[in-house]
Amino acid sequence: MKKKLCRVSALALVLVLALSLAFTGTASAAKEAVTINVYNWGQYISDGTDGYIDVNKAFTEATGIGVNYMTYDSNETMYTKLKTGGATYDVIIPSDYMIARLIREDMLAELNFDNIPNYALVGDAYKNTAFDPENKYSVPYTWGTVGVIYNTKYVDEADTGSWDLLWNEKYKGKILMFDNPRDAFGIAEAYLGYSVNTESSAELNAAADLLLKQKPVVQDYVMDQIFDKMEHEEAWIAPYYAGDYLLMADENEALGFYFPKEGFNFFIDSMCIPKNSEHQAEAEAYINFLCSPEISGENLEYLGYSTPIEGARDYMDPETAESEIAYPPESVLEKGTSFLALSTEATQEMDSLWLKVKTTGGSKAILIGVIGLAVVIVVAVILLLLRKSKKAKRKNLYTK
Amino acid sequence: MKRQFLSGPYLVWMLVFTIIPLAIVVYYAFTDSITGAFTLENMGAMGTYFPIFLRSIWLAVVSALICLVLGYPVAWCIAQEKPSAQRFLYMLVMLPMCISFLLRTLAWVSLLEDTGIINRLLGAIGIGPLPLVRNDGAVILGMVYNYLPYMIMPLYTVIMKIDHRLVEAAQDLGCDSGQVFLRVTLPLSVPGIVSGITMVFVPAVSTFYISQKLGGTTSTMIGDVIESQFKTAYNPNLGAALSLVLMVLVLACVAVMNRFTGEDESVATI
Repeated sequence: MKKKLCRVSALALVLVLALSLAFTGTASAAKEAVTINVYNWGQYISDGTDGYIDVNKAFTEATGIGVNYMTYDSNETMYTKLKTGGATYDVIIPSDYMIARLIREDMLAELNFDNIPNYALVGDAYKNTAFDPENKYSVPYTWGTVGVIYNTKYVDEADTGSWDLLWNEKYKGKILMFDNPRDAFGIAEAYLGYSVNTESSAELNAAADLLLKQKPVVQDYVMDQIFDKMEHEEAWIAPYYAGDYLLMADENEALGFYFPKEGFNFFIDSMCIPKNSEHQAEAEAYINFLCSPEISGENLEYLGYSTPIEGARDYMDPETAESEIAYPPESVLEKGTSFLALSTEATQEMDSLWLKVKTTGGSKAILIGVIGLAVVIVVAVILLLLRKSKKAKRKNLYTK
Repeated sequence: MKRQFLSGPYLVWMLVFTIIPLAIVVYYAFTDSITGAFTLENMGAMGTYFPIFLRSIWLAVVSALICLVLGYPVAWCIAQEKPSAQRFLYMLVMLPMCISFLLRTLAWVSLLEDTGIINRLLGAIGIGPLPLVRNDGAVILGMVYNYLPYMIMPLYTVIMKIDHRLVEAAQDLGCDSGQVFLRVTLPLSVPGIVSGITMVFVPAVSTFYISQKLGGTTSTMIGDVIESQFKTAYNPNLGAALSLVLMVLVLACVAVMNRFTGEDESVATI
């Protein structure tokens, strides 16, 4: 009798479970109609490779909100996409100086922090920042630094330590450089001893000249292609974000990293919601999800970038959590400077100087081009004249 | 009247997707980015980019000529085959176009780079890595590879239609095979040559992806500059001005080339 009762209750339990599953199933299916558009840097979220967590999938499983995930390769690309419109994004993750610019141009929505309880876990060092002094528009996603990645197999240890490695003739054709004006100018300015936030025209021009001087030794200006090029040793030296170095070092153990002694960029990348977002509450749920210590820990364990969330490091592999590259000691960190938003005029000047840097050079090729084009034009004219005289002759023949 | 009515949908299409966008390009090219006031400043900046315009046109001309030299014999050979073989060979020429040209260009990068397949094979037999990529030669290679089918298509169409009786007549009148080619086949295929050169030259002069991947830091083409104005620098006004000047230059080049076809021979160019 007792056994039977047991069986019946077990059956009932199974039924209840199945029913509730079915209900939650339909409930989440109904919610799935909402899909948020997330626009983030390339290679900037744990997506399930190498057995790490798939953050977007975990979010959809936990909340039933779909994620349409898209990537960009620089703050400037993201800005242009937002500005030209056509697409609406619900969550974007730009860097500090770009957030300040977006706030200045009134493109970000004020966040409703009631939907982001995990904001309380963000470390105090990442609040009240210069780019969002009142903590109204952004929630930190990661922070990090810029340094020099080099291949220990080919690069002499004695040459490292300073930004001057990026100008070293010895490694001509094996040096990569940032393909965005702010990071590239930041390096030249730090090397020259200027502030990385200078708006002085003379200093910007001096930095552009230095970048022009660097051009002959540069293999290519790249962003995310750096992963491939450094891992396969197509290039040996590149300035890049420290977190990405950790990711690359997993693939190629010969890669080394150092913080240049002249100083470097310290950045915070934060999550924001553009003003034209149609799903702000869902976007806030996404931001909150990424701020939970467990998700932040597992996500950044894979990314190699540093977490601003307190307690997140407990969820990381101790080796990553104690890495001096992801979490440099205070003595190193004090050499880092944040980028601030430049005035519109200074930004425009930097953009046009950068275009000049990218397009100047190859005078020999231009000379060949001019001579070659001249030859082509002369040949074309001769051919046309020949045809005309031939035709004229033929006409004469007929008329005679 | 009724027949003209049939072209209505196309005219609407033209208006919405060609004429109006063109007007917008002109508007942007002559206005200021911040105030929207009329300005010639964007046009004034053209001087800076003049060398890049020249180089882009030169690289496109070279690519078009190489395509012609490579493509003409192929088109001629295909045209001599049986109709069934012709269809098959024509399909083979078109086959690479089924794959995205971005992928095909990236494949060239991994073939040519210092640690690429060719250099690794050369390294195995003791030849040091050759600088195969990141120069203008690689850009031309990429353009020839990508645009060769555009040259072969019009050439083949024209050569195939040449009346064989003309060739026989020339032979009867005592021409050897070289003279037949120079005096009959070649003059009759001029419309195909002009059309092929145009179809390679126009996309090649405004290309941007190929030069970024296969070119070096100094092989920037005008397409790259225009792309950067719209993609990262956010200066659509300068970008529009550059596009407008490029368009005028391309139209001028095409107009000059069309003179070669003469008045009596009709030809389809784009």
